[in-house]
Amino acid sequence: MTDITSILSIICIVAGIFFLLIGSIGIIRLPDFYSRTHATSKSDTLGMMLVILGLMIFEGLTINTGKLFLILLFILLANPIGAHALARAALNAGLKPLFPDNKKDKTEG
Amino acid sequence: MDSFFLYSAVILTAIIAVPAYRVLKGPTVFDRLVGTNAIATKTIVLICLIGYIFDRIGMFIDITLAYAILGFVGSLIIAKYFSSDKINVRYDD
Repeated sequence: MTDITSILSIICIVAGIFFLLIGSIGIIRLPDFYSRTHATSKSDTLGMMLVILGLMIFEGLTINTGKLFLILLFILLANPIGAHALARAALNAGLKPLFPDNKKDKTEG
Repeated sequence: MDSFFLYSAVILTAIIAVPAYRVLKGPTVFDRLVGTNAIATKTIVLICLIGYIFDRIGMFIDITLAYAILGFVGSLIIAKYFSSDKINVRYDD
């Protein structure tokens, strides 16, 4: 329990879960759809990468570490693309971003 | 070390409940999609952790890979669907 790999993986996993928590809080707190996509795409990706990095450190050098690295690589590429596609779709559907001049958008109801 | 994975998985399940609130409340359909996307990412991490709790890591990592790919393709298709002007989901009042 006390060797360096366990300590390192625990630190990485705790940091990753902390960023996932920040992402969730951002989704609730932020006023507008476009600001919420920041929370989803950026902090979730970072949190997920840290947790999987912690698991890779804990796993050592095996086939599973390669697969974990593949997951990490895929989500590093896929999550921002998904958030970008979503924001672009919202813009096409006419959802107005929350600028000071236009009225509070429908988010506040 | 095993109990640490268990506690982090429980905390992660609690964190997953937070975007679910946004999925329920989200005024626009795109807020709901953002919440679903967030839940998908957190579920991917949760499956990896559960794989370590059950000590069958190889199987669960394959499940996670398949889930990540399907979730990504699914969210792209839904985003493309809602951006087309043939359906009546419009927010430009």
